Amino acid sequence: MSDYVRQLQIPGDSSDLSRRAPLALRLHLDLPLLLLLTLLTVFGLVVLYSAAGQKMAALIRQGQYFLLAFCVMFVAAQIDLKRYQRWSPWFYVLGVMLLVGVMFFGVGAKGAQRWLSVGGFRFQPSEILKLVMPLTVAWYLSSRGLPPRFKYVIACLLLVALPSGLILMQPDLGTALLIAASGLFVLFVAGIGWSYILGAFLLACLSAWPVWMYVLKDYQKQRILTLLNPESDKLGAGWNIIQSKTAIGSGGWDGKGWLNGTQSQLDFLPESHTDFIIAVLAEEFGMRGVLALMSIYLLIVLRGFWITVRANSNFGRMVAGSVTLTFFVYIFVNMGMVAGLLPVVGVPLPLVSAGGTSVVTLMAGFGLLMAVATADSGRLR
Amino acid sequence: MPQPIHLKDPGGDSRIFIARTLFSALLVLALMGMILARYYDLQINDYEIYRTQSERNRVQLQSLPPKRGLIYDRNGVLLADNRPSHILSIIRERVDDLDATLGELQTLLPISESDLENFQQKLQRRRPYEAVPLRFRLTEEERALLAVNRHRMPGVTVDAQLVRHYPYGDLFSHAVGYVGRINEQEAERLDERDYRGTFHVGKVGVEKFYEDLLLGEVGYQNVETNAHGRVLRVLERFDPVPGADITLHLDFHLQQTAVEALGGQRGAVVAIDPLTGGVLALVSTPGYDSNLFVNGISSADYKILRNSPDVPLFNRAVQGQYPPGSTVKPMMAMAGLQSGLVTPETTVADPGWYSLPGDSRRYRDWILKIRGTGHAPRVDMHMAVAESCDVYFYDLARRLTIDRMHDYLLGYGLGQRTGVDTTNERPGVLPSTRWKRDAMNQPWYPGETLSAGIGQGYMLATPMQLAAATSVLATRGLYRAPRLLRSIAGEPQLSDPRETISAPPAYWDAVHESMVAVVHSTRGTARKIGEGMRYQMASKTGTSQVIGIAQNAIYVESEVAERHRNHGLFIAFAPYEAPTIAVAVIVENGGGASAASPIARAVLDAWLVDEAPVEEASGDASGEVPGQAPGAALVDE
Repeated sequence: MSDYVRQLQIPGDSSDLSRRAPLALRLHLDLPLLLLLTLLTVFGLVVLYSAAGQKMAALIRQGQYFLLAFCVMFVAAQIDLKRYQRWSPWFYVLGVMLLVGVMFFGVGAKGAQRWLSVGGFRFQPSEILKLVMPLTVAWYLSSRGLPPRFKYVIACLLLVALPSGLILMQPDLGTALLIAASGLFVLFVAGIGWSYILGAFLLACLSAWPVWMYVLKDYQKQRILTLLNPESDKLGAGWNIIQSKTAIGSGGWDGKGWLNGTQSQLDFLPESHTDFIIAVLAEEFGMRGVLALMSIYLLIVLRGFWITVRANSNFGRMVAGSVTLTFFVYIFVNMGMVAGLLPVVGVPLPLVSAGGTSVVTLMAGFGLLMAVATADSGRLR
Repeated sequence: MPQPIHLKDPGGDSRIFIARTLFSALLVLALMGMILARYYDLQINDYEIYRTQSERNRVQLQSLPPKRGLIYDRNGVLLADNRPSHILSIIRERVDDLDATLGELQTLLPISESDLENFQQKLQRRRPYEAVPLRFRLTEEERALLAVNRHRMPGVTVDAQLVRHYPYGDLFSHAVGYVGRINEQEAERLDERDYRGTFHVGKVGVEKFYEDLLLGEVGYQNVETNAHGRVLRVLERFDPVPGADITLHLDFHLQQTAVEALGGQRGAVVAIDPLTGGVLALVSTPGYDSNLFVNGISSADYKILRNSPDVPLFNRAVQGQYPPGSTVKPMMAMAGLQSGLVTPETTVADPGWYSLPGDSRRYRDWILKIRGTGHAPRVDMHMAVAESCDVYFYDLARRLTIDRMHDYLLGYGLGQRTGVDTTNERPGVLPSTRWKRDAMNQPWYPGETLSAGIGQGYMLATPMQLAAATSVLATRGLYRAPRLLRSIAGEPQLSDPRETISAPPAYWDAVHESMVAVVHSTRGTARKIGEGMRYQMASKTGTSQVIGIAQNAIYVESEVAERHRNHGLFIAFAPYEAPTIAVAVIVENGGGASAASPIARAVLDAWLVDEAPVEEASGDASGEVPGQAPGAALVDE
């Protein structure tokens, strides 16, 4: 109510206020975040140039993706939070319908059906859900009092389970987990009781067996088994992990120097410009490079948390918290899997790995974060 | 969309968010710490392990086999060269299922059992990522087939390597020898560092004797490879040092003449330049195509060579030990003069046979079965050599005794290896009482001295030894170890002469004159070959018995099985006044010296009379006709 009332006052003062507000704020940009993201993308492009076999074309393509992604971010930042709140259920419905569409009309490769092709333009509906999921759960909870009560938690879980399940059936374990996590993070930020979290954890442990038996595909099981013992299949599934560990380890503290990473330049490292790009960075820039990247990531995440805390609406807080945590999950899963800590699930290193889809989605998320940060009600108090 | 209105507690909500965000931040820090710890572990703690592993991954030490030195004849005719040959190799580390790959390869091209066996052996000794050869000499067609199917078979490579080739096939097989693939025993013996990347080693002949010279030094390169084993760049390179090109004393034309003159008979011809000791021709027939051995002879081919009664693999020129027969008579005559037991004027009664004092056994002269009597009532040294009188030398041998005979003949190099620079040389036998005691643990019997006096009995000599001995006669006592090698990379190789026989010139004159009379006199044993000769040669005929002939039995050539017929021998040097060539010829089971003497004449003619047709020979005989057996064109000419 108070949110609502405060917002009602704004139209009257807006012209007066906007004149006094700094340019960045008027453009709904969070300068520290923008700076960090720019730094990250530049660093990412430097690594990518080396990882993609020093091909200028790959660099230019990725640069174009970034350009597009920054535009998307900018646009996303301009949209009023209220609008997000209103639109999110409709986007949710649309997203789920598209996912169902993928099941019937989808195209794909390597036994997975993930893409929809509309008029020659291919896209992954699951990417839309990455943003829609937290928005939807936040929308649902923002009007129902915090911390959420049991029945609302159950409702949220169903909201999360539906698209996650559809994506799991594609099958795309990595994305399914990320989307489920982005929804659950909203619940967590919203202050869901620790008993739920503990209970869920126990349930997850108990359900591990049936999931292993009936849900996971052979290649997914293989990834987990290979992770546990990469030496078992040196030239097959274990090859990737052995080579990426070798790349990381041989980088040492100083690294072998830019463009001098032997593992990556000589094709020993698979997927060197996409999912395994951190190994290129670790090999060529060494532990110093890893620390630098980690610092940028950490600052971005901390800035995200700062925005979460400083946000004025519960909706904004929940969305910002979830977007930030999801971003961290990308970092953790990718760096963990390349270093052989986690199974290889196909999660890119955010804003460094080559590829347009994830960059655009991620930047849209940051646009959302900036929208939260610069929401009139949040800042101008 | 209408918003349900709830009363909320912003302050309370804010606390929840702050608490949860703080918790999240701490969790993020903890998990990031965990990730960093992992990277620290990999990059700092285990740095050495992974650094080594990445070096091993990318850097490969590749050997660069040296080019084997070429072998030329004295006029620059290439006797052994190198030709590119395509080799199918497998890099084991890049093959998932070796059996499947081998099976697939076998459907594409023939791979013999011995290829597979060889491959498996080498597989055990390889370094990681080393290409192990499986099939040599891929044809154009096979290479095309492999190129089409290679993408399905990772780890299978086709490389070109220079491989030995002998343009003249069997013409020089015994003179030059051959290389072959390194077998297991050789792999044990050879220093494998020198043979990295080299699959061949000299097996026999000059190829083996000068292996160290011809091999060269292996080079290395450190190459960076990608995960598919493709070489991306060379990090450092130590060039191989090619083997030295060597020139032999052999003369293509002479060799060819000798082979043609032998005309398919079993035998050997060795020609030596008495002034240098250089071996001008080294022929042993039948020969074989040396190229058969280079890339592994098939067991069928090998069986044929191995089981042939003509033993083509046997190098008669240095391995064949034959009783020298009457060819020792000039040397015996010199020994007689040197010892003072005879002078050129000394004569011996010749009834056609000889008996030891107090012994009724008759040692017959070969003339007895032809004329029923001796050469003449009394025979002097000149006649004894020219007409090959046995009785004269029976008498001389008896008076000389076997041990002094041994000492005098030693100066001609008999009874010991000449030291010629090739393999498998046998020493022959120059008997003495001591030799018989050592070798047979038996005393020497006087009758055996008589046999030895005409080059029979225990005495054995190789054609190489006889040629060397003839050279000593020609140079009046200078012994030069026969040598095939003339120069290394243009640097002449000289062998020092040793004066092994010191005698007054008059003695040499007398013996030489008697040898000239063998051809150039009306009663000489080889007078038939003297017709139309434009130079004078000093020579000696010889016949050596293959089977013992019973006392009083008469040897009738036509009644004896071919393999039991006598060997025909002939030694000669020419021109008589200033010798430039000494030759020894043996024709196995030729019946007598008349089988050998025309061959010697042909060789001497080729050396002294013919304009050596170098240009004609220097072309590569088989190069123009792909697929034709090397050397075949020559045989047809």
